Amino acid sequence: MRVTFEGREYELRPGESVLDGMARHGVRLPSACRSGTCQACLLRAVSGDPGPAARRGLKPAWAASGYFLACLARPPADLVIAPPGGTARIPATVERVRRLAADVLSVRLRPGRPLRFEPGQHLTVTREGGVTRTYSIASLPTATGDIELHVRLYPGGAMSGWLAGARRGAAVTVGSPAGECFYVPGSPRAPLLLAGTGTGIAPLLAVARQALASGHQGPVAVLHGSATRPGLYLGTRCPAPLAAAARGRTVTWRTCVLEAGEDIVSAAVAELGVLAAGPASARAFLCGGPGVVRRLRRQLFLAGMPLAAIAADQFAAAAP
Amino acid sequence: MTTELSLYERLGGALAIRAVTESFYRRVLSDDLLAPYFDDVDMDRQIAKQAAFLTMALGGPHEYTGRDIRAAHARLGPLGDEHFDAVIAHLAAALREFGAGEAEIAEAGAIAGSLRDDVLNR
Ligand SMILES: Cc1cc2nc3c(=O)[nH]c(=O)nc-3n(C[C@H](O)[C@H](O)[C@H](O)COP(=O)(O)OP(=O)(O)OC[C@H]3O[C@@H](n4cnc5c(N)ncnc54)[C@H](O)[C@@H]3O)c2cc1C
Ligand code: HEM
Ligand code: FES
Repeated sequence: MRVTFEGREYELRPGESVLDGMARHGVRLPSACRSGTCQACLLRAVSGDPGPAARRGLKPAWAASGYFLACLARPPADLVIAPPGGTARIPATVERVRRLAADVLSVRLRPGRPLRFEPGQHLTVTREGGVTRTYSIASLPTATGDIELHVRLYPGGAMSGWLAGARRGAAVTVGSPAGECFYVPGSPRAPLLLAGTGTGIAPLLAVARQALASGHQGPVAVLHGSATRPGLYLGTRCPAPLAAAARGRTVTWRTCVLEAGEDIVSAAVAELGVLAAGPASARAFLCGGPGVVRRLRRQLFLAGMPLAAIAADQFAAAAP
Repeated sequence: MTTELSLYERLGGALAIRAVTESFYRRVLSDDLLAPYFDDVDMDRQIAKQAAFLTMALGGPHEYTGRDIRAAHARLGPLGDEHFDAVIAHLAAALREFGAGEAEIAEAGAIAGSLRDDVLNR
């Protein structure tokens, strides 16, 4: 068995794990428990199969993206591996910028070559001058290959301000889509709970639509939280693309306005109770401000959801 | 009682340990006596560490390379027997939930209990 890593090949002994084999060749990969619990040794298979045991306990979204645990991996065949973060950058152009609300832009980008992504994942966008920010993909794959982002316009925002004035054809580059907030087929009856604040609703809408397009049968509840009522930029009614995708499936849309005393965290926990007979069967997707996403995650965990069933993206501000 | 298999193996290995740890941690975070200590602790990191630690404590295939137990708890301020006993009780309840027998629970409790002085910085 051969493992290719950063352009070099390493021979594994029969029965040897990727982690041990690489260490024997002097390549020290991050690790801690060496028994599949800490996930410090997470790697990504670029090609080849690391074997099912190597994916034990990983979130389904990660397993589907080729991630595996080096300490458990005894690959049945040759393998090309990479560190968990992707690095390739692709040129893209701004196709259209539209206002969804006074402070939310819909930005359509056209990548210079086809981009493989799952709706709801995020990618980095770099503009002239090297400013780089992360945005979540709000759209499903399209014939043109375009992707749509919902970008909150911050006063003086180095990226959002630039995008607001960007002309059609303006050049940017985008990184490899990453992140765990996407639909993974395999449990078609699982109740899905999606809760997001601000533009965090954008990737969740894409995840919900993708789930329904993939034939998901279980009930789907989407919660949009905002500090103020005008912040509910998709409205209080179920958005048309989501309603159209329902086709007989149960889809619930709820909004929570913090200044009106509606807390999305308690609403989400209540919704979980309605959706799922046992919380262990549900899947949750959370996106938005770091504080609220952390609270949502903790409360859903305390309500009985396994952490592996909760996918979360925190829309953290870029480090100054 | 079977003696060839470690308690870890009898509980079903890494997967069950992770589930036990989550149940254990859920109980700790729901306990008003203990929860405040965990307010600023990252859940994923802590669960991963506890799972690694439990695996080792239960005789699984392990090298726990985190900080030593005494150092990890010393900076939490004064902890008393009531904190420690509460933690042991939550561990027992979590093991029970996943079908461990009373003898196994006592075994795990004894292993964890041997760390009382380290955790309480005595
Ligand atoms: C995984 C991930 C996914 C993301 N997805 C999206 C997305 O889909 N849509 C989206 O709009 N944003 C998203 N973000 C946030 C985004 O990356 C930028 O942080 C945001 O657009 C601000 O960049 P800017 O250059 O416009 O503003 P900056 O020039 O970075 O900041 C301008 C001002 O706004 C403040 N500010 C910036 N970001 C925040 C914030 N998040 N909360 C409070 N104040 C802030 C700054 O402190 C500063 O005063 C995501 C972030 C992450 C980490
Ligand atoms: C048998 C009993 C206990 C065991 C085996 C145990 C084990 C551990 C381990 C392995 C860590 C991780 C250390 C590291 O590598 O960073 C840890 C951290 C921690 N423990 Fe315990 N613990 C026990 C009891 C307690 C008690 C009684 C409390 C009281 C509140 C407590 C509170 C904490 C906190 C808050 C942390 C996080 C520290 C940090 O990340 O800064 N523990 N524990
Ligand atoms: S080293 Fe902990 S999961 Fe591999």
